Amino acid sequence: MLSQHVLQVAGVSKRFGGLQALNDVHLNIERGQVYGLIGPNGAGKTTFFNVITGLYPADSGNFVLADQPYQPKDVHLVAKAGIARTFQNIRLFADMTALENVMVARHVRTHSGLLGAIFRTKSFTQEEKEIAERAHELLAYVGIDTLADVKARTLSYGDQRRLEIARALATDPQLLALDEPAAGMNATEKVQLRALIDKIRHDHRTVLLIEHDVKLVMGLCDRVTVLDEGQVIAEGTPAHVQRDARVMQAYLGTAQV
Amino acid sequence: MLNTNALFGNRWLLASVLLLLPFVLQPFGNAWVRIADMSLLYVLLALGLNIVVGYAGLLDLGYVAFFAVGAYLFGLLASPHLTDAFPWIAAMFPNGLHLSLWMVLPMAAGVAALFGILLGAPTLKLRGDYLAIVTLGFGEIIRVFLNNLDQPVNITNGPKGIGPIDSVSVFGHPLSKRLDLGFIELPSVTLYYYLFLVLVVVSVVVCHRLENSRIGRAWMAIREDEIAAKAMGLNTRNLKLMAFGMGATFGGISGAMFAAFQGFVSPESFSLMESVMIVAMVVLGGLGHLPGVILGAVLLAALPEALRYVAGPLQEMTGGRLDAAILRQLLISVAMVGIMLWRPSGLWPKPEHSKRLQSVEGHDA
Repeated sequence: MLSQHVLQVAGVSKRFGGLQALNDVHLNIERGQVYGLIGPNGAGKTTFFNVITGLYPADSGNFVLADQPYQPKDVHLVAKAGIARTFQNIRLFADMTALENVMVARHVRTHSGLLGAIFRTKSFTQEEKEIAERAHELLAYVGIDTLADVKARTLSYGDQRRLEIARALATDPQLLALDEPAAGMNATEKVQLRALIDKIRHDHRTVLLIEHDVKLVMGLCDRVTVLDEGQVIAEGTPAHVQRDARVMQAYLGTAQV
Repeated sequence: MLNTNALFGNRWLLASVLLLLPFVLQPFGNAWVRIADMSLLYVLLALGLNIVVGYAGLLDLGYVAFFAVGAYLFGLLASPHLTDAFPWIAAMFPNGLHLSLWMVLPMAAGVAALFGILLGAPTLKLRGDYLAIVTLGFGEIIRVFLNNLDQPVNITNGPKGIGPIDSVSVFGHPLSKRLDLGFIELPSVTLYYYLFLVLVVVSVVVCHRLENSRIGRAWMAIREDEIAAKAMGLNTRNLKLMAFGMGATFGGISGAMFAAFQGFVSPESFSLMESVMIVAMVVLGGLGHLPGVILGAVLLAALPEALRYVAGPLQEMTGGRLDAAILRQLLISVAMVGIMLWRPSGLWPKPEHSKRLQSVEGHDA
């Protein structure tokens, strides 16, 4: 039986030379939650994100993903373990079609190799068919199935965000981690993004959301952690965090100069 | 093959043109069929390099090294050189070393793949220009080794090269001899033409299948964005090594064919210029697009020969002051600069909207 917790992280520290970017950060995400990670600029959100996804090695920390301890050392192993991410500055496979982008992400859950591809074995063709079907499903899920054969480069900004989410979902993640998905979006696109994340939660998936847009986070997240200068300064429901004095101080500054 | 079919137009027309080509060229002399043979070898090389550069996006400027590995492997295993140089090998093989093509082909493929992985392993973290420089160095290292491994033990016979190398035999008939079919006589160059044609067709099918597979897509993802590819769970290290190995395989096979065809190999044939030409073929034709790569290879392999007939009259116009060979190089360079100016993504690049859907649903090939 799977426990309530999808991701349990404790004691994460990361130092870049003289800068303590993360100091003893902890985070517990329960299954089916949309979890928000917020903080002012330079608070360490993206560093934390890069640490749990294996892009930067952590100096210390305990990492447990779906009851399995994991060491975020190799980026590709993290994806295999079950964390799929999107990027703040969209990183799609620009010269490939939308469909191919999603198909690539099935790689980690499929097995056929060079010989299967060359000789077109039965298992290869079967697997290939399943990959394409699943990719179409996911494109439809995020609402861009009609654009399957369009190169990612030529998609609109909002559609590129959606495609990135579809691609991340294709790895069958335990945890979907979105790095500032609303960055650069207009009001309409933000509403659509919110609806999409709601839908993803509704399907019992777990989402970690790093976001600048406080309004979006407050309206969407079940729980929020606030980072400032590499430390957790508040944690709880959005309503609770909003009233926290330290949070207000971090965002707005103090009265004294 | 739905996809390729659409790209090549009528496949029966294409097949008949390719099959009849030697008979069209024959009246103009064996030299022309030879040019066609060499073009096919270059197509094979370009197809292999396309896997590394076109699919996986790893710029390899030392590709000719794998060509050399294949050529020398066949040269050593099917010529009197080793038995002459080492008495103990002569004692083991009293009739001399004469391995057949069917044994050498898999060996050439395997050894070249091994070299590909050896080259790939230390360069995994390099990208773009830096990778190009290291691979360039690798290509030169192989050539310098071949040039100097005649001492202290004579393995490669140094700059003097290895020969005579056995010809390839198919169904007991050595391709170096003309084949009498009763109603028609096929000269050696034509027989080689058909052998190379078969290899090219097989390679095109292999490449096309790789392109539309889980591994092929992963290679392209690495080419597009390595960090995103890793984040999607691709083991970029293994996939890159696989691309290097797979590409090298093609180089090794065409090298073995080259050795059998020429009957002689020497380090001279594997200069940096060759690597540059193969890269130029791939880029000029259309990176990552099979018909384009083939077109580029045929053009660049055949163009210098065709230009002989242009360079001659031009030379006369200058009163013989300019060397024909230099004029030829000048013309090729001008043509290359022109193509890159007017068609920066190659002569026959990938169409903007892919027809991939068809091929997935139809399970072609």
